[in-house]
Amino acid sequence: MKYILRKTITLIITLFIVSLLAFLAFQVIPGSPATSMLGTSATPEKVEALEHELGLDRPVLVQYGDWVKNFISGDWGTSYSYRTPVKAMVMEKLPATGALVVMAFVLTVVVSFPLGILVSRREGSVLDKLILVVDQICMSIPPVFVGILLCFLFGITLRVFTPGRFVPFAQSPGRFLAYMFFPALAVALGRIAVTVKMLRSSILEEMNKDYIRTAFSRGRTRSEAMWKHALRNAVIPVIAVLAVTAAELVASSIVVEQVFTVPGIGRLLLASIGTRDFPVAQAIVVLLAAWVVIVNFVADVIYQYVDPRIRIQ
Amino acid sequence: MLLMLGAMRPDKPRKTVSRQKANGFLIAGGIITALMAALVAVGWFWTPYPTTAMSRDKFLSPCVSHLLGTDNLGRDLLSRIMEGAGSTFLIALCVVLIGGIVGTVIGCLTGYFGGVADAVLMRVCDAITAFPSILLALVLIAVFGSGKYRIILILGILFIPSFARVVRGEVAKQRTQNYVASAKLMGASDFRIIFLHILPNTFQVLFPILTIGFNNAVLAEASMSYLGIGVRPPDASLGRMLSESQTYLARAPWYALCTGLAIVLMILGLSLISEGIQQRRRA
Repeated sequence: MKYILRKTITLIITLFIVSLLAFLAFQVIPGSPATSMLGTSATPEKVEALEHELGLDRPVLVQYGDWVKNFISGDWGTSYSYRTPVKAMVMEKLPATGALVVMAFVLTVVVSFPLGILVSRREGSVLDKLILVVDQICMSIPPVFVGILLCFLFGITLRVFTPGRFVPFAQSPGRFLAYMFFPALAVALGRIAVTVKMLRSSILEEMNKDYIRTAFSRGRTRSEAMWKHALRNAVIPVIAVLAVTAAELVASSIVVEQVFTVPGIGRLLLASIGTRDFPVAQAIVVLLAAWVVIVNFVADVIYQYVDPRIRIQ
Repeated sequence: MLLMLGAMRPDKPRKTVSRQKANGFLIAGGIITALMAALVAVGWFWTPYPTTAMSRDKFLSPCVSHLLGTDNLGRDLLSRIMEGAGSTFLIALCVVLIGGIVGTVIGCLTGYFGGVADAVLMRVCDAITAFPSILLALVLIAVFGSGKYRIILILGILFIPSFARVVRGEVAKQRTQNYVASAKLMGASDFRIIFLHILPNTFQVLFPILTIGFNNAVLAEASMSYLGIGVRPPDASLGRMLSESQTYLARAPWYALCTGLAIVLMILGLSLISEGIQQRRRA
């Protein structure tokens, strides 16, 4: 409990630092947003009035304090381009990205664990060598290109889905899932390869340790030794990989959303960067950063359940 | 089944990875890297057609006069890929040089001297590496704008921590070795010990992370240029070609496939070499 409490305090501090950095980053941008909002009708007086209205003439730290307070209470500011609340804009796009990341994560775990365990049981076999090579190739294909390959193979050649024709969940849950499977696979493929490789080497390393030999000497069979003893230890480093995966999946989904024209927050982020709509970009950046920090926190907590030794340190 | 169980019994000596197999990765990686390097090097001096020469032969599929076919404006695809690969290669190289050199110097100094600066800098590095580099690059591009030189600088700076961390760990390990103590006894300066004695011993860990860094740089540049926030129009880029080609995926699939394959081969070659070296060391 003490461990979780300590980690939670670290989490909150980290979230504040990250949000401060994200806030400051967008303060560095040359030119006042008021000038770009007014466009050609900007006169020094008008700019000053609008800056005052937006609160941009106050000290940066005061602005940050206000911004955090508003952010937590649900007021994420107003979009420069659309003059609508940022929160509504982001929340509208969040489900698609969320579904994409969750599907990709589930896919990674469901495929890589059985595969990793299988190849580690057959070390040195043809299957093992084959998967090692395929793994290396899968790690070298950028998610963008995996996406394009899937569009070509399943979209254009086999006509399983229509690339670019996104089906909203509300319209047809089944077809939504069928469409989202391909972007999810594009995002997950590289991470599956990494996880399989990691799991394989981790299991093989554990199987060579003394306690496994002891287990054998007590009459355990090889598979008993693996399932009952080695796997629990072998999974520990893989949890770290999965935490990185959860963070990386979000980053690659920004790119892959573009390939499959999935209306998620990645596309919204790119659009807002393109139009210099910084309240929107800032909110999304803070959300994504918070996601990375929280994922690492969850990994830390899971760690200490799987490996009680960590609690002592 | 029984036979298989027998084969898996622990008392049987483990088959070690044979040198032959480890070299398989090295050979394949070497061939692919040499091929791509040749393509890039030749592309700087000569391309089959001028890269901007348009012709009436639009969407020509691969044939003898256009080995990889032509694009939507009738430009020779091989020539464009050579140019794009050259540009992507140079960007990735510069990124790795900036990140590698600055990261190595920081890692050497903090690993050798330790202290508060070491602890603080490593915390910062941990924090930066926790975030996906594409995400951080996106933020920096939003703030500072895109373009070839900005991308190089942004990615270069973002890649510093990954190098600094690894080098620092290795230097901290080497510092306690006897050869460092004897160099000190002989009156060598800290500077001399760090860069002449310790640094050459970190090359073993430095090489794999250099290749990983190069691959990540290729990946990041391609992804960002694909999204339209990387390299801008007059400069060539495989990522931008990939996004153009996607529009014509049904009509000219070779356009996207060849462009993507160039990126994959660029990354695959080095990652195979790195994997081969690691396997060889383990064997």
